[in-house]
Amino acid sequence: MTTESIIFILLAAFVAVFSVLSVTTKRIIRAATYLLFVLFGTAGLYFLLGYTFLGAVQIMVYAGGIVVLYIFAIMLTGKSKDAQQKPIALGKRFAALMAALIGAGLLMFVVISHHFVSTSLSAEVTNESAAPISQIGSSLLSAGEGGNLLPFEAVSVLLLACIIGGLIIARKR
Amino acid sequence: MFDFTKVTNWIDALLLSFLPGWAATLVECVLVALVIITLYAVFAIILIYMERKICAFFQCRLGPNRVGKWGSIQVLADVLKMLTKEIIDMKNVDRLLHKMAPFLVIVASMLTFACLPWNKGAGVIDFNIGIFFFLAAGSIGVVGILLAGWSSNNKYALIGAMRSGAQIISYEVSIGLVMLTMIVLTGTMSFSEICQQQADLGWNIFRGHIPAALAFIVYLIAGNAECNRGPFDMPEAESELTAGYHVEYSGMHFGFYYLAEYLNLFICAGIASTIFLGGWAPLHIWGLDGFNHVMDYIPGAVWMVGKTFFVVFLLMWIRWTFPRLRIDQLLALEWKYLMPLSLVLLVVMALCVSLGLTF
Repeated sequence: MTTESIIFILLAAFVAVFSVLSVTTKRIIRAATYLLFVLFGTAGLYFLLGYTFLGAVQIMVYAGGIVVLYIFAIMLTGKSKDAQQKPIALGKRFAALMAALIGAGLLMFVVISHHFVSTSLSAEVTNESAAPISQIGSSLLSAGEGGNLLPFEAVSVLLLACIIGGLIIARKR
Repeated sequence: MFDFTKVTNWIDALLLSFLPGWAATLVECVLVALVIITLYAVFAIILIYMERKICAFFQCRLGPNRVGKWGSIQVLADVLKMLTKEIIDMKNVDRLLHKMAPFLVIVASMLTFACLPWNKGAGVIDFNIGIFFFLAAGSIGVVGILLAGWSSNNKYALIGAMRSGAQIISYEVSIGLVMLTMIVLTGTMSFSEICQQQADLGWNIFRGHIPAALAFIVYLIAGNAECNRGPFDMPEAESELTAGYHVEYSGMHFGFYYLAEYLNLFICAGIASTIFLGGWAPLHIWGLDGFNHVMDYIPGAVWMVGKTFFVVFLLMWIRWTFPRLRIDQLLALEWKYLMPLSLVLLVVMALCVSLGLTF
């Protein structure tokens, strides 16, 4: 067993434990905190693979942005800390179970039917082998072969729509 | 310049001579962590003493002068006091989050501390996306502050945490844009390459002239706000909120916030000196070869720490000179003035670089 696989197993266990905790806890702010640790673990996996850019984006966008927004929203809405949870209706339980099973089945199908190329993680996966930031940047903004300009612009339109939607909802009449 | 990789390579070879590869890496990681944590504590003590003395001189007082010569071991006595204080358990709080929050803050602070380049070849975390990683790691700290405010079950703490969150998120926009401005100039995000470039071509603040100097000022303002320090210390505002988000903490848990506040100041200053003032690069004046040669004999770490303390002094000067802002003025300053200004600076810098107007 190599060092990389030991670190991978530690990270995977970390992610799995906190994922389960974040859906089983009763307090919503704790769920957000456990989600934060899940996202840290995922970032750790990217760093292990040598994708430092993706790992930093994961921390910046999800841990530093999304989770902070969640906690902000929970703090602003407040009051729900002591709210008693109603028992969930049978139909809803059934629907949740079906959604979970179908999701798991789809995921397993994709994982099993995809033929992964077996490569051994070795010491070569370091800073130097990761794609340089200039390459990532030019690929993100190129319209040519393999360029990502169209999805990039589409996402920006989506974000603009979100901002306008938020403004309209929050507007005082 | 002395290349620190000689030392690290020697240690690496020494460890590899009697240990397997993974164990050598592990030992190196532990050694580096020890060095980082020791430096962290030592700089905190120096900074707290410096803050007290500078604050006193700005207010025409003497400052600490009883414990040791010129009060020099006052801070050590305070550290001992803090360590022996009781950590109080409170009722009706979320214990887990309450105890975890200070650790989130201090971990974020230590991660960003490890990004600083101390000398040629002596950076701990040195990715090719260094600056971006620095920003990402710095954004973890705000979660700790928000959780501290929430889990204290105290309205002052909650208001302090909300203010702090709004402030840090807002000013992070300016910091990001200013850093982008400087990345446009340097063309790289790695701290070691930025420093090397400045050692070869001159400091960025001179290379980028007008936009770089304005960016430096914007960075100082935004960085000061990011550290929750006066005149932007709304989250702690002792006259209105007693102590803001850390009002319910005692003992070393409070000590962690205190440490993180001072080290964030140091890190902010350290990044300013790395990006604008050359990091470990010595001062060179074009044409004065003898002078440049003398400057080369001063080690890089001395340059780095010296410049950082110079910027720390600037930030302390600002803190003890200006009165505190109101929260709406604070947010208006960021969104109506600093952010548009930094967007303009980004465009101006891009134009300067593409037209070849930089040195």
